[in-house]
Amino acid sequence: MLEKALSGSRNYWLWLAGLMAVIAVAFMGYLQQWEFGLGITGMSRDVSWGFYIAQFTFLVGVAAGGVMLVLPYYLHDYKAFGRITILGEFLAVASVVMCLLFILADLGQPTRAMNVIFNATPHSMLFWDALVLNGYLILNIVIGWKLLEAERNAVPAPKWVKTLIYISIPWAFGIHTVTAFLYSGLPGRGYWLTAVLAPRFLASAFAAGPSFLILLCFIVRKVTKFDPGIKAMQTLMKIITYALIANVFFFLCEVFTVFYSKIPSHMAHLNYLFFGHGDKAALVPFMWTSMFLMFSAIGFLVVPKIRNNEKYMPFLCIMVFIGTWIDKGMGMIAGGFVPNAMHSYTEYTPTPLEILITVGVYATGFLVLTILFKIATKVKEEVNA
Amino acid sequence: MSDKGKIVVGVAIFAALVSFPFWYNTGTAKPAPELIIAPEAKAAGACVLPKDQMAKEHMQLLDGWRNSVVREGQRVYVAESGKQYAMSLSNGCLECHTNKADFCDKCHEYASVNPYCWDCHVNPKEK
Amino acid sequence: MKDSRRSFLKIAGVSALGLTAASNAHAIGEYFIPSEKAIKDQKVSTADRWGMVIDTRKLNHETNKKMMEACHVTHNVPTLPEKYKKQEIKWVWEEEYSNAFTEIHNEFQSEEAEHAPILTLCNQCENPPCVQACPTKATFKRADGIVLMDFHRCIGCRFCMAACPYGSRSFNFQDPRNGLEDGKPTNPQFPTRTKGVVEKCNFCAERLAVGKIPACVEVSEGALVFGDLSDENSEIRKVLKENYTIRRKASLGTGPSVFYIV
Repeated sequence: MLEKALSGSRNYWLWLAGLMAVIAVAFMGYLQQWEFGLGITGMSRDVSWGFYIAQFTFLVGVAAGGVMLVLPYYLHDYKAFGRITILGEFLAVASVVMCLLFILADLGQPTRAMNVIFNATPHSMLFWDALVLNGYLILNIVIGWKLLEAERNAVPAPKWVKTLIYISIPWAFGIHTVTAFLYSGLPGRGYWLTAVLAPRFLASAFAAGPSFLILLCFIVRKVTKFDPGIKAMQTLMKIITYALIANVFFFLCEVFTVFYSKIPSHMAHLNYLFFGHGDKAALVPFMWTSMFLMFSAIGFLVVPKIRNNEKYMPFLCIMVFIGTWIDKGMGMIAGGFVPNAMHSYTEYTPTPLEILITVGVYATGFLVLTILFKIATKVKEEVNA
Repeated sequence: MSDKGKIVVGVAIFAALVSFPFWYNTGTAKPAPELIIAPEAKAAGACVLPKDQMAKEHMQLLDGWRNSVVREGQRVYVAESGKQYAMSLSNGCLECHTNKADFCDKCHEYASVNPYCWDCHVNPKEK
Repeated sequence: MKDSRRSFLKIAGVSALGLTAASNAHAIGEYFIPSEKAIKDQKVSTADRWGMVIDTRKLNHETNKKMMEACHVTHNVPTLPEKYKKQEIKWVWEEEYSNAFTEIHNEFQSEEAEHAPILTLCNQCENPPCVQACPTKATFKRADGIVLMDFHRCIGCRFCMAACPYGSRSFNFQDPRNGLEDGKPTNPQFPTRTKGVVEKCNFCAERLAVGKIPACVEVSEGALVFGDLSDENSEIRKVLKENYTIRRKASLGTGPSVFYIV
């Protein structure tokens, strides 16, 4: 089926060439990091994880978000999703590829990455994260491929694929839970040390993932002859509504616990994020933007007329996506490190080179995504014809 | 098969690329460097293992040593002869083999290996 | 025809994988050094749990500086250019009382007590969160209680830095030799580090191995007492019995082995 990616319009090739160009430039940037070390980033002794890990965390969510198509279709026999579960699976593949690349970009000694396997350490959450992420990647590649192949040949998919699908559903929850456990089990970091972190991660994932998927559906509808179906998109909007409300609800639970208990080491982070600490307030405008986007998106989403209207859908999805991206990407990681263990404030801003490398990883993800979506939509077009 | 031409060209390009290191380096082969033993090493008489074994296995031995020293805290190696040696690159090996440039680097360069030992460990004799 | 091509490719792929794995197998196994061949130095100092008492009454900027310097010279800790101040490497350093003891922050203290220069270092925890977090066992706890780094194994993921509640860990954001004069170590007997690995105080494990006490203790003029916490008759236990001491963030349950007399 791979050959399906080899024929396309002029725009398709231009888009691929553009992505490759971005990847090439970003790779030069990475070579500089390779040469000098992570000193080229804005990270520091106090904020020892930055933009890369933030993107990683967010994208694990996007990857897990695909399950919001798979679960209703396979567990509740919700037919409208049948046509597009493959898009969810392929989005998961591209997202996990990006996650793994971000981890690699963040390692000080990337050539030693396999040490995680050679010296397997079950008491480290990172070990489990490596396992579940790679497992999820393989699951989705195999499932997506086999389902598409079956669809093309107009035969039912092999039985074992169904078994894999049933495994992949809890697995999707697993990847994001384990990712949350990376943070929520650390004794000295008040912002992360909360049991609601994993549920909150999942809620924001189930808002961000589907909203990105809807945006992709719009693009697919525009550039191919395959129609994902408005009913499926509307149902996804409903899922986004609930997930976003859950995300904001969990956040407010956190705010209550922190500010009602008034434990300084827990309040400090939220105070820094939303009000700044003296002149150190780099994230304040972002956090309020995120809150504004998420709250106003909820305001629109709860009205069926608005959320079901194709004209508003893309805007709402962009609001949700950016809102959750700031909340979980930038705020979650930097916010956990400021103030530091000694309660002093060192701020973090990514450097241009760091942003370039990040863009390069995104471009790689989009490249994978484009090719996979191209194959999927081509097969669908043929089958429908 | 109408793609015969394309396939042949493809295979040719592939073969050329894969064999690149061979034809690129043709005619540049040099004789293996001669091992120069420092006077201090000569005076010591014997190394921790027989010479042949050291030549072939010193990297594995050092890998074992570093685990033994760092992780087990066992820093002294007892050779067959009963003689004891400090399991240390800088404070053991290089005590005798004072000529790192001739003894280590030349051969590593010849074999095109770039051990990262020297990113951290130094030759204390080197000024 | 199609089927046989496919199965040929499958078989070829699997065999290629198998061959690669087989040819690499030897590289993965450790070269085994039998235990009778690797022994400890006869002069080694042993303990079941090394610990330290810091008498903050005896600390001032000068003695602190002396101890920090002794440590950093012994361990080739670099001094990076001012531009990279936020990425500096610290094994032992000075914090104000209110920063060192964030939980024991009292009201109405004297200005002097509030800003007292406290010497801080890795607490060599009984229950170290960094060891739990490390995905490769590059950070591990030895039988004598020292939490040690295996720089050969560290992949530079910095999970340990997120896990440490004391800010005791530093990451080599660049080649540390950039911060050493002429790129040469101050102590050639001890390695420098490579870029991309995490480092921290090692309680002078390399000095204990040959019967010396830690470098900072040596120059502390009595401000630091070092010894075996598990030995009831040790000097350190005597000092602990006779003085009221506190530990940094003891409520987290990490069990710091560094005690402070205040």
